[in-house]
Amino acid sequence: MNRAPAQSRPQHRRERPEAGPWPHLLLAWPSLALTVLFLVPLGTIAALGFFRRIPAGFFEVGFVTDNYARALDSFHLERLGVSVMLALAATLITLLVAVPFTFLLTRRPRRAQVPYLVLVLASLSLSEVIVGFAWSLLLSRTSGISNVLVRIGLMETAVAWSPGLWAVILAFVFVALPLAILSLYPTFSRLDQELPEAAGTMGAPPLVGFVTVVLPLVRRAVAATAALVFIFVLGAYVIPQTLGRPAHWTIPVHITDQAIMKNHLPLAAALAIVLLVMSSVIAVAIVVIVSGRPPRAEPSVPAP
Amino acid sequence: MNRVLRAALFALVVAYLIAPLLVVAGVSLNERQVLFFPPQGLSLRWYGAAFTDPSWYRPAINSLLVATFAALIAVSIALPLSYVVWRYRVRYAKAVMAMGLAPFALPPVITALGALALWIVLQSYGRPYTVVLSHGAFLTTLPLATLTVGLQNLNPQLVEAARTMGATGSAVFRTIVFPFVRPYLIAGFVFAFVLSLNEYIIAYMTVGFTFETLPVKIFASLRYGYSPVMAAISVLFFAFAVVVFAAVGRLGDLPRLLGADETD
Amino acid sequence: MSPPRPDLVIQGLGKRFGATVALADVDLRLPGGSLVCFVGPSGCGKTTLLRVIAGLETPSEGKVFLGERDLTRVPVHRRDVGMVFQSYALFPHLSVAENVAYGLRIRGVPRRTRLERAQELLALVQLPDVGSRRVSQLSGGMRQRVAMARALALDPALFLLDEPLSALDAKLREGMQVELRRLQRRVGITTIIVTHDQEEAMTMADLVVVMGDNRVQQVGPPLDIYRRPVNRFVAGFVGSNNFLPGRVVSPGQVEVAGVRAPLARDAAPAPLGGEVTVAVRPENLRLRAQAPAAVALHGTVVFVRDLGRVVETRVRVADQELIVSGRGGFDEGDGVWVELPESGVVALTS
Repeated sequence: MNRAPAQSRPQHRRERPEAGPWPHLLLAWPSLALTVLFLVPLGTIAALGFFRRIPAGFFEVGFVTDNYARALDSFHLERLGVSVMLALAATLITLLVAVPFTFLLTRRPRRAQVPYLVLVLASLSLSEVIVGFAWSLLLSRTSGISNVLVRIGLMETAVAWSPGLWAVILAFVFVALPLAILSLYPTFSRLDQELPEAAGTMGAPPLVGFVTVVLPLVRRAVAATAALVFIFVLGAYVIPQTLGRPAHWTIPVHITDQAIMKNHLPLAAALAIVLLVMSSVIAVAIVVIVSGRPPRAEPSVPAP
Repeated sequence: MNRVLRAALFALVVAYLIAPLLVVAGVSLNERQVLFFPPQGLSLRWYGAAFTDPSWYRPAINSLLVATFAALIAVSIALPLSYVVWRYRVRYAKAVMAMGLAPFALPPVITALGALALWIVLQSYGRPYTVVLSHGAFLTTLPLATLTVGLQNLNPQLVEAARTMGATGSAVFRTIVFPFVRPYLIAGFVFAFVLSLNEYIIAYMTVGFTFETLPVKIFASLRYGYSPVMAAISVLFFAFAVVVFAAVGRLGDLPRLLGADETD
Repeated sequence: MSPPRPDLVIQGLGKRFGATVALADVDLRLPGGSLVCFVGPSGCGKTTLLRVIAGLETPSEGKVFLGERDLTRVPVHRRDVGMVFQSYALFPHLSVAENVAYGLRIRGVPRRTRLERAQELLALVQLPDVGSRRVSQLSGGMRQRVAMARALALDPALFLLDEPLSALDAKLREGMQVELRRLQRRVGITTIIVTHDQEEAMTMADLVVVMGDNRVQQVGPPLDIYRRPVNRFVAGFVGSNNFLPGRVVSPGQVEVAGVRAPLARDAAPAPLGGEVTVAVRPENLRLRAQAPAAVALHGTVVFVRDLGRVVETRVRVADQELIVSGRGGFDEGDGVWVELPESGVVALTS
């Protein structure tokens, strides 16, 4: 109703003020903090992969390729393959649920969206540890749903579904779904309500309108979300560790194991770099395939 | 038909997100130290234990401290950064912005390993402040995202109007920009706070053995001895998150904070 | 009696955004205390010109003076302007009175004094009772007035309004035009209104600046612009006009569609023998059933549209179509004579 004044913005280009010393002063702390706490650690890992391990202490500076040789041996490559397949499966399932759900959610009145958003946010913030614990209970023999199904007579005997492949995937989807919904939310909610309606007036049934009008408009957001979810799931440690058998242990489990338990930081670093390269390549591939365009130079802003 | 499909999808998602928590809640009510569901006997003793057993409430206090300071750091990085990117044309600001957004584009385990390596190199491994700083940098993405959304929603004419009435840079910020983005700032702080409270892998790699946070403690007891206290704590965590986000939703416009348009 | 308000003088002003030219060669003298309208189609540069005057944009070349004072490099917050933005730009986190008092707050005026002043200004725009309300509780028209009150709160040297009425519905807009004009007379501040609505400009302004193609096309009082447009752009943009090819055959006479017609006496002189565009307004043409004594063109009625107050008749003359607005009385297919006015035919060279 009172939309007009706030929305009508001037269309001509606008100058930004000349940069005096102010912006640089303001940027000093963010630049310093992020360089030291983000860039330097990454560089350190990159260097560490070539350092020598000292059995008694942490490592010593050097240039050896053994760590990468081990990170790329058949055992670790197989682990990497398992990790990627698990993450891809979880990403696919997540998107199949998140895309229609987010679309339908954003078509609801704002007030009606709030409880769902609260639930999604609360689930997103739930510790991976708690998620692992909750799903291990839910899928266990003594306290899980199979136990409940036996009680109401739908099953003969209770069984344990955890640890197992599907336990891992279900929990992955559980952590990924809220992330995907919130990442899709801004684009979907800014999507003009009248576009699918217009498609409807031209004879497109809702599903056809969704596929022909909505999906092309949100492709980029879906692509970015897919990449985000894939990377997030690929980097998960607790869930495969608690809900998977050793056969489902992903690379992060081995990285953590080498770094903390086996005290072999250089190997952990080499594995991390391999994982980083692998995840970047696949994430870019996902973006290109899903959006049909090369990725933009700027990183997309994921909603929290 | 469409309505039925929509209702079914919404019900499925809600059930999926709630079912694990229902089981956890049920388990937390067991009378004896067992993890049965449905629970055997009803008791709130495990909730009591969460508050009276120091091996549980100490990590909880640690986590709250870490989350508070980490969220403050995240906001202190995100606010000037997003403001400069929005207000000025500074070339390297975008690069700094990319660093602020990048942690969510990396597998979390890599961020954690990076933190571990950094603090070992700086010979500070295991000190409590390390997890605060690493969480702060990692979670900067969240206030950065909410503030970016907020500033995009701020009509630049408001700033120009203030300038025509004599307000200069800092007065514009104090009287117009800051009051306008405050809800986004609070939302960003809350997101960072809650996520820090729940974060496991970075906390484990930086201070896992010296300054136990709650997720680290839960994970340890997950591997070395189940107890219904874990379930009670998990329920409290979830309830806390729901209350916090519901409060944000009640005080502010949650859809807008998450990136929907300014008006309905 | 306050000292006379200084003129606003703009010299050789230009503005480029990268390779795009937004404004070129603007030279203007706007008399102090007058109400000026910048009018033109969207994208013509009128808002950019206003923003340069406000100090919100820095010109690429040229200067802006207020009397003797060179404003070109004076930052916006020291320019002493009051501005009403297209979106009104009312601060949503402040109350109505706090919005109006904002500039006083920036100047450190004590709270009580500035809120009293805000109250005065709200009374001036006839909204004495809304001071404590939130902006979101106001209607569009009320917001518009609050924005005006806020812009006037510091008693600025220039009162600038960017499409102030475009967000209002037609009826409210008409009322606000009158009110704005009255308010300006009362406060006497040099006022510039940017609008794309030529009727609004013609009814409100002392002086109209017609802009097109990022340049000033013509400056003058409304009637001058209406009667003596200097080029085809102005003739077409302000009011409606018929255009016909013609040739100046003697000073004061033009040959058009085979007849010789007198040019308006005070129109700009056109070179003898040159090809020109002849412009004549629909309301200056008369329809006759019989050949009149005056100069007239013969044609056939092709379309009739009754607009209530007037009837618009389209007449085909040779290979041209003329629009005549008047009393009508003819039907499609009728043969008619279109009588040209004795004064009101203008020859345009560009």
